[in-house]
Amino acid sequence: MTILFLIIAIVILASAVMVVTTRNLVHAALWLIVSLFGVAVLFAMLNAGFLAVVQVVVYIGAIAILFIFAVMLTRREMRGHGKPLNNNWWISALLSLLTFGGLAMLLSNWDGFSQTPADFPSDFDGVAELGNALIDPNQFVLPFEVASILLVAALVGAVYIASNRK
Amino acid sequence: MDWTLWLELVIKALVLIFALLGGFAYLTWYERRLLARFQSRLGPNRAGPFGLLQPIADAVKLIFKEELTPAKAYKLVFFLAPIMTLVPSVIIAAVIPWGPPFQLGDRIVTQSIADINVGVLFLMSIASIAVYGIVLAGWSSNNKYAMLGGLRSAAQMISYELTLGLAFVVAILLGNSMNLTDIVEAQRDGRWFVLVQPVGALILWIATLAEVNRHPFDMPEAEQELTAGYHTEYSGMKFALFFMAEYQKMIVVSAILATLFFGGYLGPWVDRWPLLGPVYMFLKIVILLFIMIWVRATWPRIRYDRLMAFGWKVLLPLALAVVMITAVGILLAEINPWMIWLIPIFSLIAGAFASLMIDRSLRRKAYA
Amino acid sequence: MIPLSWYLILSAALFSIGLFGVMARRNAIAILLGIELMFNAVNINLVAFWRYLDPTIMNGQVFAIIVFAVAAAEVAVGLALVISVYRNRKTVVVDDLDLLKW
Repeated sequence: MTILFLIIAIVILASAVMVVTTRNLVHAALWLIVSLFGVAVLFAMLNAGFLAVVQVVVYIGAIAILFIFAVMLTRREMRGHGKPLNNNWWISALLSLLTFGGLAMLLSNWDGFSQTPADFPSDFDGVAELGNALIDPNQFVLPFEVASILLVAALVGAVYIASNRK
Repeated sequence: MDWTLWLELVIKALVLIFALLGGFAYLTWYERRLLARFQSRLGPNRAGPFGLLQPIADAVKLIFKEELTPAKAYKLVFFLAPIMTLVPSVIIAAVIPWGPPFQLGDRIVTQSIADINVGVLFLMSIASIAVYGIVLAGWSSNNKYAMLGGLRSAAQMISYELTLGLAFVVAILLGNSMNLTDIVEAQRDGRWFVLVQPVGALILWIATLAEVNRHPFDMPEAEQELTAGYHTEYSGMKFALFFMAEYQKMIVVSAILATLFFGGYLGPWVDRWPLLGPVYMFLKIVILLFIMIWVRATWPRIRYDRLMAFGWKVLLPLALAVVMITAVGILLAEINPWMIWLIPIFSLIAGAFASLMIDRSLRRKAYA
Repeated sequence: MIPLSWYLILSAALFSIGLFGVMARRNAIAILLGIELMFNAVNINLVAFWRYLDPTIMNGQVFAIIVFAVAAAEVAVGLALVISVYRNRKTVVVDDLDLLKW
């Protein structure tokens, strides 16, 4: 398990670095897919099989495809002429390193930092629990409905913005 | 994990892969013979009896054909794209149950490779990553026809995926499970879901046609407009991989349709002889494939904007209505079991209403 | 078993890489790619906390699903904006989109 985790972590981080540095945007989108697959495997390792599959459906099947689509539609940029990064990239690098350092420091001061996983209840149906939690009025039915309204609003907005009005 | 389990998995995987490969080879023969029949021709009948050796001759030809790579192609992606198309079409078959479990010695052998509890979602996820091979093939060829084919297929497959997902939801609701074996078992005693929800089955069938880019939705490779679409620049074995992926997807979506709506491996005496399961699956798949080829032989290709309009404005709302009707019907059936038959009645009314609307809008635009 | 800290560190690293992408890339689409990485980092955190603290309380997974929905909405609107900008200005390099700057 440990070795598997390390391999996955290296794959995720390496491909994430490729995403933010590659010149060619289609390649960047492909590296993003590799990274997302790694995250899906992590979800599966964490006993969240449903989320792993949803990650593949939503992120890899829809979001990443949309990216590739957008890159193709704005294809003057596709060959990636010019620099991929702006002139102040070193400031950004510094800030990200600071963010990472700050997060790591904050987390390491927390006493639950290196705890081991809680006992996974036997015959526990995570998918059914999740479904019940999403539609239970005492739990998350309101956020769930709000999310659906958000999606509709995004759909309408995206169509309105991208439509070619003549 | 003892070694017999590994052995069982390896044997099952090999059998499935060889069945799909053989199925692909003979599906091409089946399709060419049938198309010829529909067009009052004979079709390939020279190589071997009834032309049965034709697929082998085709394979030999494709293997020895020279492979061309366009000078300005993106080499790595160009090389990977056919593989990325083929792989999903094989692994999607892993969750389909081909028959009930049977006893072999002192162990129970299930007739599916992976009987996972989110099987339907797995189908959905693999269907959604199948787009990549085609899009990347079109992009990496660096050819405008290939690119257009790739873009079209991406738009088409994303659009119809929503409908596909809703049709899966219908089957999940009726089977009360996301596990494919449970869904099949819920259809015992001839209560096939196609009888309970005929419109859902029809929607799933249309959406899968669009997902595998078959006629009449084969816009990504429309010869008259795009020469050959995304695989214009491919030749030899790379082309053969695309070809293989397309036909394997046909087989697999027929198997999915059979599993979700046509009772899967169920049939007379399947409980006594579990190995009859694959036989029933085979028969159902052959019949569904026949319908697919029949459609190809008789229907014209629909125009691209109409295809998108049909997907978004007709099929998706209809699928939503069907999901709604199914859910309400299942709740009503808890009060009184015969109420389940309100589902087919109301969904047929919704389907008829949708086709009436299409008819009216076509008339109004004077296209009809 | 893997301690929780490994997941948290991985998630923090992924978040930082995404942040770097958002701040340093010149192409608007690449900036959106960076945002996706940050979303994923958050999701790893949420699921890891769900698993490590109390798996019977589904808050972490539910929140992850809401994040999925938000990410999908964000990408749809963001890419629509990018395409609209490209149509008007023939560029998606954010440095060149300086219409509001003197």
